Amino acid sequence: MLAQIHVTFKEGILDPQGKTVHHALNDLGYDEVLDVNIGKYLEIKLDSASEEEAEIRVREMCEQLLANTVIESFRFTIVPTE
Amino acid sequence: MDKPKKIRPAPEITPEIVREHGLTVEEFRRITDLIDRTPNMTELGIFSVMWSEHCSYKSSRPYLRKLPVEGPKVLQGPGENAGVIDIGDGLAVVFKIESHNHPSFIEPRQGAATGVGGIMRDIFTMGARPIALMNSLRFGDLEEPRTRFLLNGVVDGIASYGNCTGVPTVGGEIYFDSCYNGNILVNAFCLGLVKTDRIFLAGAGGVGNQILYVGSKTGRDGIHGASLLASSEFDETTEDKRPTVQVGDPFTEKLLIEACLELFEFDWVMGVQDMGAAGLTSSSFEMAHRAKTGVFMDLSKVPLREEGMIPYEILLSESQERMLFVIEPGHENEAFAILDKWGLDGAIIGEVIEESCVRIQFDGKEVVNLPVFPVVDGALDLKREVKHPEYLDQVAHIDLTELPDFSRGDTALKKLLACPNIASKEWVFEQYDHMVRLNTLVLPGSDAAVLRIKDTQKAVAISVDCNSRYCYLDPYEGAAIAVAEACRNVVCSGAKPIGLSNCLNFGNPEKPEIMWQFQQAVEGMGDACRFFDIPVVSGNVSFYNETKGEAIYPTPTIAVVGLIEDQNRIMTQGFKKSGDQIALIGFTMEELGGTEYLKIMFDRSEGKPPVLDRKHEKQVQDFCWELIQKGFISSAHDCSEGGLAIAVAESCFSYGGQTLGATLTLESTLRNDTLLFGETQSRIIISFPEERINEIEDLAMTFPVDFSLIGKVGGSHFTVTVNEEEVIKQEINILKEIWKTSLGSYAGQVT
Amino acid sequence: MKCGIVVFPGSNCDHDCYHILKHILNQETHWLWHKEEVDLESFDLVVLPGGFSYGDYLRAGAIARFSPIMNSIIRFAKKGGKVLGICNGFQILLECGLLPGVLIQNQSRKFICKNVFVCIDNPDTAFTQDCGEKNVLQIPIAHHQGSYYIDPYSLSQLEENGQIIFRYCEPGGNVSVESNPNGSVGSVAGVANEQKNVMGMMPHPERCADPLWSRTDGQIIFQSLISNS
Repeated sequence: MLAQIHVTFKEGILDPQGKTVHHALNDLGYDEVLDVNIGKYLEIKLDSASEEEAEIRVREMCEQLLANTVIESFRFTIVPTE
Repeated sequence: MDKPKKIRPAPEITPEIVREHGLTVEEFRRITDLIDRTPNMTELGIFSVMWSEHCSYKSSRPYLRKLPVEGPKVLQGPGENAGVIDIGDGLAVVFKIESHNHPSFIEPRQGAATGVGGIMRDIFTMGARPIALMNSLRFGDLEEPRTRFLLNGVVDGIASYGNCTGVPTVGGEIYFDSCYNGNILVNAFCLGLVKTDRIFLAGAGGVGNQILYVGSKTGRDGIHGASLLASSEFDETTEDKRPTVQVGDPFTEKLLIEACLELFEFDWVMGVQDMGAAGLTSSSFEMAHRAKTGVFMDLSKVPLREEGMIPYEILLSESQERMLFVIEPGHENEAFAILDKWGLDGAIIGEVIEESCVRIQFDGKEVVNLPVFPVVDGALDLKREVKHPEYLDQVAHIDLTELPDFSRGDTALKKLLACPNIASKEWVFEQYDHMVRLNTLVLPGSDAAVLRIKDTQKAVAISVDCNSRYCYLDPYEGAAIAVAEACRNVVCSGAKPIGLSNCLNFGNPEKPEIMWQFQQAVEGMGDACRFFDIPVVSGNVSFYNETKGEAIYPTPTIAVVGLIEDQNRIMTQGFKKSGDQIALIGFTMEELGGTEYLKIMFDRSEGKPPVLDRKHEKQVQDFCWELIQKGFISSAHDCSEGGLAIAVAESCFSYGGQTLGATLTLESTLRNDTLLFGETQSRIIISFPEERINEIEDLAMTFPVDFSLIGKVGGSHFTVTVNEEEVIKQEINILKEIWKTSLGSYAGQVT
Repeated sequence: MKCGIVVFPGSNCDHDCYHILKHILNQETHWLWHKEEVDLESFDLVVLPGGFSYGDYLRAGAIARFSPIMNSIIRFAKKGGKVLGICNGFQILLECGLLPGVLIQNQSRKFICKNVFVCIDNPDTAFTQDCGEKNVLQIPIAHHQGSYYIDPYSLSQLEENGQIIFRYCEPGGNVSVESNPNGSVGSVAGVANEQKNVMGMMPHPERCADPLWSRTDGQIIFQSLISNS
């Protein structure tokens, strides 16, 4: 099983990287860009018994380690693999 | 259950394959002669990397042999991972400078980072804790589109790696010139400290000793990096070579440093070698070669990161942060306990054997059986043709009468202060942790970095220098000047030079003109080292710094280490107090060849480099050192790019935030431009309290050296009068602002 | 004063703190290896030094906070023991919740190593009580992820409780945008917990506490702790 996890800053937290990339895109002529938010993408291979169990455990992993829940939020999908 | 491993059938060795491996037909023939048969594919790969220019030095060896490498304090000269010089008190310094040019051009952040990692391993592999990093960087023209990207990437790479490992990056140099447009240079220097009775050499001695692999797992990184990248020019296919750049892991490096230093405490550690260019291949063969023994290895025991790796890949992988130890049998568990503590992978992968060969096994089958000597020493010296280049006829002369002199030098001064070759490098060194370990007595921004040696009264000073434009105009003199300048810089800090390391960066050695540049530079460097009595204890050669036939300027980067016996006798370059006198040691000649002034104001890189009178240089350095020992002076700064006016301005800006103005009152028959911006060698600007004038003048007469009072520190302006005519007057704060912000403004622009 | 200095894989400034506490200030100093749960009752001070524990991978301090020694330190802190977190140490104390807030990447997105000025916002703590007349200290910073963040309401709570210990400022003591090197809210450079026995600070006091250098403002923090023990 594969967990695909996105960790991003919560709304309102300053994202200097995102801001810089936003300006760079505008400078390159992509005026339609309104906002850029840069986060992390993690792929975790799991040997879980079921998708339900994987969801519970991955949520725990995110809350405990993978995201700093003071300033970051997370979302994930569990994808079955062969 | 394990799936049966698929072994790809070994391809037949065709001339095409030989060529792809960077070997000539003659070399392949020689290989078959030496081993009495045709090598198999894996063995061919081994020869390919070991006989590559980068590993074998086949083009450069004939010249490097002539360098002076001995001295009473030299404990280890070239031939090991780094050079070692005794500094007394039972301690020695271990140092080297090395290039990582080609990978840094392709992926600047990782290329520079892994360059730092590699040089650090060369140091702690000898048993020394790395205590300082420096670097010499060269980028292309500012207007070149990629330059800004490369500058930011390289600095970020060095910062991220060095800072994470907790070794301070204490100084260096940065230059920009269009000759580096297609080939940037990243030369990394590292210095470590070791007890003289705990120096480790890289020999696989003692038959029956175990070979212990330590560090990161082996992956497919950089296979053929040494052979392909460092031994060939860039062209349109360069992008396809991207997969051969490695990613560094500074955290593992830090763990490796701590674990290795703990392992070194034990008597059962017999030898150690890091796996650098050509990975497991070079480390195993070179260790066997040095100890005149052989090595047996079982590749099935090597910790692997990827699935399905074949012996060829395992042997040639350049995965970073890996070491090979040779330990006495019976101590494996003790070694693993230390590795475990630091969370590092380790495995016994072989043992030392008596027969002078390397036998390698994989999955129970022998895959390599090669005698040591042909692999390590079999590559013949290539007697490359040398030819005096034609370009020199065009550029070697300038006629000063063709150039207009100025009556006001304000514009030139401001342009030079803004030019990145001269401007403050604060934007760079603020990204490096230069204070960690509490040893840095003189922070970046002075002529040399100075580090204290704890538990002694001593300190070491380090400077890295090369003016490659001088080397382009006259490689022999240019290299000699680089040596003189590096020595002068450490002397200005109060040190006596004790050893030198060099990184020789040149174009394609298959071209006779380039080989001529190399020959001249090595001779110039060697002769200068002999004259100044400094041994060359380590070094590195980087050839093929050419893109589509355009070579870089010959760039022999010189790193000099100096010793300061008393930490209380250290000098820095900034003026300290209003009212202090400013004086010039040495004298100025009427010359502008190869100067930054000529380049910036007239866009010309022509003429002869400034004259270097070796005897005069020695006297100037000795005099300055004496002044520092006697405590007579408050600052010392040598004149280099930009000449006298720039040197004085830099002294105004350099003292810990405080900006003091200066007034220079000069009398001269020289042209204004040569007087203020000429780059005559062997000149040092000093400042001192007025009461010291007589003592200093008396001492100058005993050497003898030329010594002249030229002005005073103080005020809010930088003012220069020549023969009672005002030539420059600018507010010092405005000048400092230009100098301070120039590089950062350039680097920080988005497009 | 009996001090313990924690060593995590990747700690770099542990030796610097040890040098200052043991060799310069002559205090009884011990190493605390991160993997061991130790009874810290006899200790007066535990220092979490600067560096790059676990390479700062994922987030600075995110992994180190799970080391066994942290259980001992949390117990020690709850009983009133003094804990000083410097730079990476500060990051670890935030990640484990002993201190409020987070540290994010510097606004400039670059690592910054230079001397800065901080003013002492609360001179009545075990960490600052010996400051005397001196209200502004010059201490070096060296970090990439040193911008303190906390929501506005919590920030006002910290201010009310005197939990803000240091703020970046100009040489004269004036707190301004220009003197803030990394974009921290409120120019915060160091905070303490409610009981004021745990403090974290981004600047490195151990880098200016050796008389070999001309500036020794860092000594004030260590001296205050010695006086307090």
